Amino acid sequence: MSYTEKELKEELNNKSYEFGFVTDIESEKAPIGLNEDIIKLISSKKNEPQWMLAYRLEAFRVWQKMSEPNWAHVKYTKPDFQNISYYAAPKKKKELKSLDEVDPELLRTMEKLGISIEEQKKLSGVAVDFVMDSVSVATSFKEKLSELGIIFCSFSEAVNNHPDLVKKYMGTVVPHTDNYYSALNSAVFSDGSFCYIPKGVRCPMELSTYFRINESGTGQFERTLLIADESSYVSYLEGCTAPQRDENQLHAAVVELIALDKAEIKYSTVQNWYPGDAKGKGGVYNFVTKRGICGYRSKISWTQVETGSAVTWKYPSCILKGDHSIGEFYSVAVTNNFQQADTGTKMIHIGKNTKSTIISKGISAGKSQNSYRGLVKIGKGAKNSRNFSQCDSLLMTDQCGAHTFPYIECENPTATVEHEATTSKIGEDQLFYCMQRGISEEKAISLIVNGYAKEVLNKLPMEFAVEAQKLLEISLEGSVG
Amino acid sequence: MSELLIEIKDLECNIDNQKILQGLNLKINKGEVHAIMGPNGSGKSTLSSVLAGNDNYEVTNGSINFLGEEISEMSPEERSWKGMFLAFQYPVEIPGVSNINFLRTALNERNKYFGIDSIPAKDFLKMVAEKSELVGLNNKLKNRSVNEGFSGGEKKRNEIFQMAMLDPKLSILDETDSGLDIDALKIVANGVNKLKSSENATVVITHYQRLLDYIVPDFVHVLHEGKIIKSGDKSLALELEKKGYDWLKNDENI
Repeated sequence: MSYTEKELKEELNNKSYEFGFVTDIESEKAPIGLNEDIIKLISSKKNEPQWMLAYRLEAFRVWQKMSEPNWAHVKYTKPDFQNISYYAAPKKKKELKSLDEVDPELLRTMEKLGISIEEQKKLSGVAVDFVMDSVSVATSFKEKLSELGIIFCSFSEAVNNHPDLVKKYMGTVVPHTDNYYSALNSAVFSDGSFCYIPKGVRCPMELSTYFRINESGTGQFERTLLIADESSYVSYLEGCTAPQRDENQLHAAVVELIALDKAEIKYSTVQNWYPGDAKGKGGVYNFVTKRGICGYRSKISWTQVETGSAVTWKYPSCILKGDHSIGEFYSVAVTNNFQQADTGTKMIHIGKNTKSTIISKGISAGKSQNSYRGLVKIGKGAKNSRNFSQCDSLLMTDQCGAHTFPYIECENPTATVEHEATTSKIGEDQLFYCMQRGISEEKAISLIVNGYAKEVLNKLPMEFAVEAQKLLEISLEGSVG
Repeated sequence: MSELLIEIKDLECNIDNQKILQGLNLKINKGEVHAIMGPNGSGKSTLSSVLAGNDNYEVTNGSINFLGEEISEMSPEERSWKGMFLAFQYPVEIPGVSNINFLRTALNERNKYFGIDSIPAKDFLKMVAEKSELVGLNNKLKNRSVNEGFSGGEKKRNEIFQMAMLDPKLSILDETDSGLDIDALKIVANGVNKLKSSENATVVITHYQRLLDYIVPDFVHVLHEGKIIKSGDKSLALELEKKGYDWLKNDENI
């Protein structure tokens, strides 16, 4: 059977974003708009204590006085904050004792995403928290983790069950006054994940959260708070998808990591929010504040594979406060069609002998714009601190752009800061070489790009590395020109 | 009677509107080794690129019949699947992609084309061990990125290793001897000879008769201004070594 041009085109269009399905689950949505009443509604829906509501309202007041930042190298229509619903939850939500109680539609959604919890339970030993439209619906492996004293639950549960920890640490790394979107998030966040690893405990499995925006006309504002107590270790994964919609959806998350003395946190993200169609219509605005703080001899390592979103604005950062602490940032950011990404990191060296490494690999295709923006700041007291940054850009077409905005502020003469940058275009000779050996062009591109991004992909946990490779392949289909 | 593998008829081609091949004719049967020699700029490397399907070259006239099929419009990968192999004069580096992964992908893509299951890891590794021994490829090179940081000799040896893995019907060696010392040359030639069979054929493109001491050709062709102007047996190469090309460029001697 042969295709008509139209059929083929349709199939290609549909193929490009595999996770564009909408799950038919009854959900409860707050009326659109943002004011104190909406915030009170969210808070009461979640049965929050008074202190939490007070925090939200304070953040809202701060937010109202702020204006949206426009220094990033991205162009977009600013979201209308009064035209978004700030709360949507799958309706049948109640205390879930076992998977049998989870809405079967929801389970099917998870299966489509390739994260069948059933299977995960049996095979991979990954504990998953699933956040759909801002509400955490299922956390697996809870019991096994609690034997070790590990707390891994939804943010709302933590607010009610572990208020001391939440009060002590929430907003300490990303204060609600930090920036426009963190203030907005602090006011309206509906859920997220919370994790606490006790002293000296090495978390025996990867902890994972899957975020999904399902409802239309909603924003997703989740919050993650991860505390690794002294000498503990945890590896945390985060994945994101959203249905294909013509409108722009807003995602403004806050992630705070606290690594106490000698603790280590590895935080990996595979971000695949809907990027918009080939003409640049629709897609998620991904405005995220992620930051971690390191105590004495502790280490925070951010790894991210960013393939989705229409506009990304994201700088996972480390505050290296403790002496001998280490910060790492490994990133692969792919942009295609009309996607725009302004992403990078901030490494703030405060303690002595602190060390940071930044490896950023940008891949631009179509008419997209891909920017690396990074700050390396060496404070006065950060004696003998070291930073190494490497920013590579790979161009797939002659209509896309790659930009690098490195900022270096050094206030201590004993510090060493290195910055390397390269820009290259995917080679015709490389493609021909592969094709001569029988590797089709699409496959060759994926092979070359994966090779280019290998340093970063190698940092991902196994289960994610495979998924990330596939994502790169899908994101770049038909992208060379 | 030997079986025809490839027949090139009246082949003409351009690059950037400049005519490179101008009516080239060549027939190769299974089991044969052909050497193509000729002065710089005569079109030797162009011929190999055109046969492999490099779309920088535009075929303006003529035909290439490979195993009974016209291939001048066929994609490079399809030609490869059908048994065409080009050992590059300048093998390309692909950072971050291991040699092993590269070859496994190549083999699996071909299997997919023929509707065969992908090759099991165990069989693949066994094959790698066998074939790398054949060309004396250092074990470490197999896991390194394709050609990255390889010496000139290692790159050429790697080409022959890939050839062994893909087991092509027609192998074109584009100046495989360039940049090789005498020991490396012997190893490469030895590998090529071991891969020869009554089912495949080899085209050796070279400037020097030296390589032909090790890979003995059945036919020697002289390419000049995009055409084959003289064909002969092995002795023609020796004659060229002594006399150069000038005596042939003069029409009377053809």
